[in-house]
Amino acid sequence: MIKVENLTKLFGAKRAVDGISFTVERGEVLGFLGPNGAGKSTTMRMLTGFLPPTSGTVTVGGYDMSEQPIPAKKLLGYLPESAPAYTDMTVHGFLSFAAEIRGLRGDAKKSAINRVVDLCFLDSVLHQNVDTLSKGYRHRTCFAQSIIHDPDILVLDEPTDGLDPNQKHEIRQLIRKMGEKKAIIFSTHILEEVDAACTRAIIIDRGVIVANGTPGELRRKSEWAGAVTLRVHGIAANEVQAKLNQLRSAKKVVVEVARASLPSVSNSAPETNGRDARSTPAVTVTVFPRSAGDGDLTREVIAATNGWQISELRTEEGRLDEVFYNITMPDTAAKEAK
Amino acid sequence: MNPLGNIKTIAKRELVAYFTSPVAYVFIVIFLLLNGFFTFMVGGFFERGQASLASSFFVWHPWFYLFLVPAVGMRLWSEERRVGTLELLLTMPIAPWEAIVGKFIASWLFLGVALFLTFPVVLTVNHLGSPDNGVIFAAYVGSWLMAGAYLAVSCITSAITRSQVVSFIISVVACLFMILAGFPPVINLLQGLTNNWHWLVDTITSFSVITHFEGFQKGVLDSRDIIFFLSVIGFSLFTTSVILRTHRTT
Repeated sequence: MIKVENLTKLFGAKRAVDGISFTVERGEVLGFLGPNGAGKSTTMRMLTGFLPPTSGTVTVGGYDMSEQPIPAKKLLGYLPESAPAYTDMTVHGFLSFAAEIRGLRGDAKKSAINRVVDLCFLDSVLHQNVDTLSKGYRHRTCFAQSIIHDPDILVLDEPTDGLDPNQKHEIRQLIRKMGEKKAIIFSTHILEEVDAACTRAIIIDRGVIVANGTPGELRRKSEWAGAVTLRVHGIAANEVQAKLNQLRSAKKVVVEVARASLPSVSNSAPETNGRDARSTPAVTVTVFPRSAGDGDLTREVIAATNGWQISELRTEEGRLDEVFYNITMPDTAAKEAK
Repeated sequence: MNPLGNIKTIAKRELVAYFTSPVAYVFIVIFLLLNGFFTFMVGGFFERGQASLASSFFVWHPWFYLFLVPAVGMRLWSEERRVGTLELLLTMPIAPWEAIVGKFIASWLFLGVALFLTFPVVLTVNHLGSPDNGVIFAAYVGSWLMAGAYLAVSCITSAITRSQVVSFIISVVACLFMILAGFPPVINLLQGLTNNWHWLVDTITSFSVITHFEGFQKGVLDSRDIIFFLSVIGFSLFTTSVILRTHRTT
């Protein structure tokens, strides 16, 4: 439904967006990630026809945005980053204007307004002036405007910005639900939203796409993906490390001596584990795999630790924040590695 | 949807916005007070003993509009840009010119309402004597057209900047030029400076709203004057659309 080819935008000499290409089909929710100033909003403004691209094309539902803007814009609903709304109107007046400009009249307009008021919980402020609204309500008013004509394509620039945790949850649920029948792009810098709502995510940095895949695929890029964490009692830290380092699939082993568990160990009955338990505290070990995704490491760890006293063992899924950090901060990451 | 429907929707929103904010009422009250004061006190309506409104009422309009019309027009685009609703408006399925025309028409209608509310002056002059109401009507038409020309200039300055104050000041200066080009003292000065170059003086004065408003005040609906005002409006709105487009490309 949305097709972006080689999209580039120059602001003076600065390349805000540099040759981006991607597509979004019906039934997809695409999360658009990136640090501040990466070009997320600029891309969305070009998608919706607000900014003309320096080069490249945007095709929406088969219509070229620069050649046939009006039929293309009819298919779109757009929530701009700052969630602007006419401050001199009531919420109802504003939604009514949005409905009319989308060609809705009479009963169709009324039912459209009722629908979005319900979806966005605007009942209590319906006849209040927009400039008296709190940020969350204003945001939802603008969001309501973007879905008033039940568009096939939704472009949402930070849709959960400024909302409280409950509202964030509701909006994510809503996006996820609408995503079954629509093509949705939304930008965010909250990584948990990618899991909560996206079927696919793109990470963009300095105007270039640096990663594109499902949340699971992105996560597998993390060094944590497939790592095994376990908590061992009664064995010395260096002994644990030496043993696990020999595993074929292990890349590195990080050992952490848990201080919090000291009192509980010393309080335990002395006759059960004898001296070992009292003198060696619980050890938390993380074994990082050489390659993510296969279950080999977990099996090897289980085999190697046979007979140990283990209170916890889990396989990590990978951490999006770490992937995000490594991809978008290569300079800093390189420095830290040294 | 058809362009007319879009223009109507935009204009309706804009008109409602005027009347839900105090701007409209402040403007109308000040406009009427100024009109009353200048017509009866400064213009000497009673002392003249003429059943006419030309030299006591309409003569002030170019000067009232100089300050009042930029005050009406200054928020048209600068507010949209400041609040960010421009992004909303221009991503809706309408052509930019429809938005420009819709907004202009709303403000122009609003000025028309303010002008219409000066009708007690017409009632007064009709009560005291028997004026030529055709002349008065023509002068009203001219006054409204002139207000439209000022307003269109304010549209340009409003599109240039995010700040309403800057927009107001620039458009007052621009409108002042349009008045002064036909203001008798300035014409005399120009004639003195340019010696016998009448064509130059004529060219300059033909750009003045005063020159073109004079005909209407005498009751003459000259097509050249009407075309002058309409072309100022057309040109200014076109310039506005160019400015709005340039903002988005750079």
